[in-house]
Amino acid sequence: MTVIANMFGRWFGRKAPQSGAIGEDRIAVATQSQLIWWRFKKHKLAVLSLVVVALFYLLALFADFLAYTDPESSDSRRGYIPPQSICWFDSDGAFRPYVHGLKGVRDMKTFKLVYTVDPNRKVYIKFFGEGYAYNLFGLIPTKRHLLSYDSTVPENGLFLLGTDVQGRDLWSRLMVASRVSLLIGLAGVTISLFLGVLFGGISGLYGGAIDTAIQRVIELVRSIPTIPLWMGLAAALPNTWSSIQVYFAITLIISLIGWTDLARVVRGRFLSLREEDFVVAADLMGASRMRIIFRHMLPSFTSHIIAAVSLALPAMIISETSLSFLGLGLRPPAISWGILLQDAQNIQTLAIAPWLLLAAVPVIIVILAFNFLGDGLRDAADPYG
Amino acid sequence: MAAFIFRRFLLALATMWAISVLAFTIIQLPPGDFVDAYIARLSSTGSSVSLAEAQGMRELYGLDKPYAVQYLKWVGRVIKGDFGESMEWQRPVSEVIGDRLWITVLISFAALLVTWGLALPIGIYSAVRQYSVGDYVFTFIGFIGLAVPNFLLALIILYVSFRWFGLNVGGLFSSEYELAPWSLAKVWDLTWHLPLPALILALAGTAQLIRIMRANLLDELRKPYVVTARAKGLTETRVILKYPVRAALNPFASTLAYLFPYLVSGSIIVSLVLSLPTVGPVLLKALIAQDMYLAGAIVLLLGLLTVVGTFLSDLALMWIDPRIRHQVDQ
Amino acid sequence: MRQTPMAEAPKIKPQTPLLSVRNLETHFPQDEGVVRAVDGASFDLLPGKTLGIVGESGCGKSVTTRSILQILERPGRIAAGEIWLNRPDALAVDIAQLKPTGPEMRAIRGKEIALIFQEPMTSLSAHYTVGNQIGEAVLVHDPKADKAAARLRTLELLKLVGIPQPDRRIDEYPFQLSGGLRQRVMIAMSLACDPRILIADEPTTALDVTTQAQVLDLLRSLQRERGLSLILITHDMGVIAEMADDVAVMYLGRIVERGPVDQIFHAPKHPYTKALLRSIPSILATPRSKLETIEGSIPHPYNRPKGCPFHPRCADHMAGRCDQSMPPTVQLDAATAVSCFLYSPVAVDVSSHSAAKVSA
Repeated sequence: MTVIANMFGRWFGRKAPQSGAIGEDRIAVATQSQLIWWRFKKHKLAVLSLVVVALFYLLALFADFLAYTDPESSDSRRGYIPPQSICWFDSDGAFRPYVHGLKGVRDMKTFKLVYTVDPNRKVYIKFFGEGYAYNLFGLIPTKRHLLSYDSTVPENGLFLLGTDVQGRDLWSRLMVASRVSLLIGLAGVTISLFLGVLFGGISGLYGGAIDTAIQRVIELVRSIPTIPLWMGLAAALPNTWSSIQVYFAITLIISLIGWTDLARVVRGRFLSLREEDFVVAADLMGASRMRIIFRHMLPSFTSHIIAAVSLALPAMIISETSLSFLGLGLRPPAISWGILLQDAQNIQTLAIAPWLLLAAVPVIIVILAFNFLGDGLRDAADPYG
Repeated sequence: MAAFIFRRFLLALATMWAISVLAFTIIQLPPGDFVDAYIARLSSTGSSVSLAEAQGMRELYGLDKPYAVQYLKWVGRVIKGDFGESMEWQRPVSEVIGDRLWITVLISFAALLVTWGLALPIGIYSAVRQYSVGDYVFTFIGFIGLAVPNFLLALIILYVSFRWFGLNVGGLFSSEYELAPWSLAKVWDLTWHLPLPALILALAGTAQLIRIMRANLLDELRKPYVVTARAKGLTETRVILKYPVRAALNPFASTLAYLFPYLVSGSIIVSLVLSLPTVGPVLLKALIAQDMYLAGAIVLLLGLLTVVGTFLSDLALMWIDPRIRHQVDQ
Repeated sequence: MRQTPMAEAPKIKPQTPLLSVRNLETHFPQDEGVVRAVDGASFDLLPGKTLGIVGESGCGKSVTTRSILQILERPGRIAAGEIWLNRPDALAVDIAQLKPTGPEMRAIRGKEIALIFQEPMTSLSAHYTVGNQIGEAVLVHDPKADKAAARLRTLELLKLVGIPQPDRRIDEYPFQLSGGLRQRVMIAMSLACDPRILIADEPTTALDVTTQAQVLDLLRSLQRERGLSLILITHDMGVIAEMADDVAVMYLGRIVERGPVDQIFHAPKHPYTKALLRSIPSILATPRSKLETIEGSIPHPYNRPKGCPFHPRCADHMAGRCDQSMPPTVQLDAATAVSCFLYSPVAVDVSSHSAAKVSA
């Protein structure tokens, strides 16, 4: 006991070097989740990542609110408009953000539309104004958006991140895409988690021949090259399916691979916990198997599962992005990060409209954040280790 | 030892079987069969096929038999090297794939070498100089490598080199060699084009392997046998390279088993962005056009590649770790 | 004046010590403070003799031996003190002044001072054969030797430490050997360059009882045949009684008492030594009587008690004295020194106090 207390003394030594006794008391009564939280808080990068991830999911919840033009509304006369810069203060010095109007002029040599800023026309940005109609959380019909502009004048337009070839606003599309991509990650992980806990649990709990069999299956799944397999399965989805059906099918396909890692974690924990004194004690006291599993074993490794999940999520997101990028994943009119990046697939397009690559930024940030978060959680998950 | 090899070999066979079933399923998944697609194709060019002819073709290919029989027939043909006809290209599948399979192997293998060549020294450095500036820098780069999917990295590099250097880094050959028959000059040209795609492909795996190597080596550095080696009077470099590094190589080698499938997978999508002449672009086209014999053959061949890679890595592991060699003997 | 170095004591024994450790302090700087793993230890190793260092686990015994060879784990370092290695045909050298990674230090390791460890499984690498690991020890200090010579020497060494079928064992891996054989391999490796000093750090702890006896026998006979000087680290008073000529008792990084083995066992001075001796199970003890233990446990290195480190657990501790200042080391006779206020010249009524305790 003193050893453990001393160990904690070392962790919290910097905060309470003298008040060892008080610190030890605090630690002695702390629940496991408190211990994990305390340890997690020491990873500054992981805490920051947690905030970033939370913000992204908040963004996903309010995607339509954060968009300002209908992500589907296209206008071929507005193709490849570069990102606009916002002027925050009007000429009289008052805070009144606006963007300049644009004039499209066709270059008679290249037949390309070239946009020039019209310094005389200002498009003012309103906060919490009205825009296109949508359902908040899919339930509450509203027209309220964070940003809006006067769209009754047909020449007006707001293109914070520019437009694609069909003149669709990249900012608004990116908001909606984030929702799709982030949720497909969650859905995929949920399925993987179910499969992983089921097979990993059976494997670790029963051991013997069942364990060997499941381990071989896992090894087998892991040695199949994933991308060709996904591509094959995804390409085989019927063309007639609706985008919702495709969405679910794709989720299922990407989680077919992801479950093996989770199963390994769960199995490993089961195997090591099976030998632990408290489990043996519960067994000797005649607790039922179910009670042992749910009351004693599961709580002691939920933290490990959470850590494994947060490391599996970015892999899911990458999978979806890759598939959609190839044109085999989600299908338009669905919008995801991969679908946005599909527009930026070749060097010719990139040369004309490099801002299309901006869709890569949220992908990179989210995946980095999940990786840091998962690392921090994994370190914190073992408060006694 | 023989038992170990045998077990691994059985596992390789089982994996191969599973992949062949998957490949066959992929061939079968789209609605209609090969003959339907064939008829549709012919009718689009104006000619037509009678019902009797269609029936004849179905019998010829065994399409009227249950799936299991069809599968066996397909496997039988594949073993003889006959992958069927590509509808899209109107040529035998093996001809369409041609050199592309070897180029896929080449790129994946080059990426593997890059991964090892970078991860091993960097991992050792990061562990021995834990918490040094270099360690932090490599850790940071490693995280970026993990977080940026390789096709995105390829896109970014493609854009950057075009925008600022005016270079097109795509392709594996200069234009004059693209269609030329193999020659020494062409090989030389390839050698120049290979490193960049290999590096892009290798980055994520390298990042992962550096972390594995660093963690393992940190563990090993604390083991008593390191103190023993030091107490003999060996130089520090020799102590570290001969003992803990050797022990840390063990898990390093076992990552090969999934690194290779991962690289082969990655090469598909990177090839698309960098327009490399691997099987990747062909597979994508075949899948979109539902040219299923071609797609199935490619999936099967890629599977075979990774199975062979995994088997070789098992042999490497056995060669590296005397415990595996001897425990199996007993 | 905390310590009276033995060198200043009247010289009765003619031999100069082979190894003299003086006021050695080894520190491990941590974020939370400095761990003083060795905190002013002094002792001597006489030629051809066995010095036993005894103490509970965590008292700094192993760190002391690693300090002598400068193979401390990071961030450990020698903070103060001297480690004099006397050489018969050359100048004495203070090991504490050598650069840990430098060539002089490396030339001492294995060649002049060799080390064997507690855990013969983990102390040998599983990746190389026995022959490779012993042969390496031969090759590293003999630039003239080639592989064939090293192999011959290895076979010789394996025979010397009593390993059956050496020509077969030489090509085996450590995991193919039993614990006792592995420890013999370790001993063979340490003898590869004919060192004058052998440090055995808990050489028998991980072995079963019969193997323990064999390994101790081997060490004794090697010492006799080759005139080895041996430092034997152990927490087992039984091993000390059987093997040692002189004993140093360590507590919390300090040598609290040192003296000839008979004296330590028959007339222990320091309360800690007495407590250690009382905790040895005896076949003469009354059946079912409770084995004596030392009250309390070793304090955490960050919470070192003020004054004598042993006072919170000491039955004889004098309030206002032991908990205030560190007791100096008192030289009782040429070979015996103790660090306790009971024996310090200022203490009154020492004999009656301790006599009362002993009879009680």
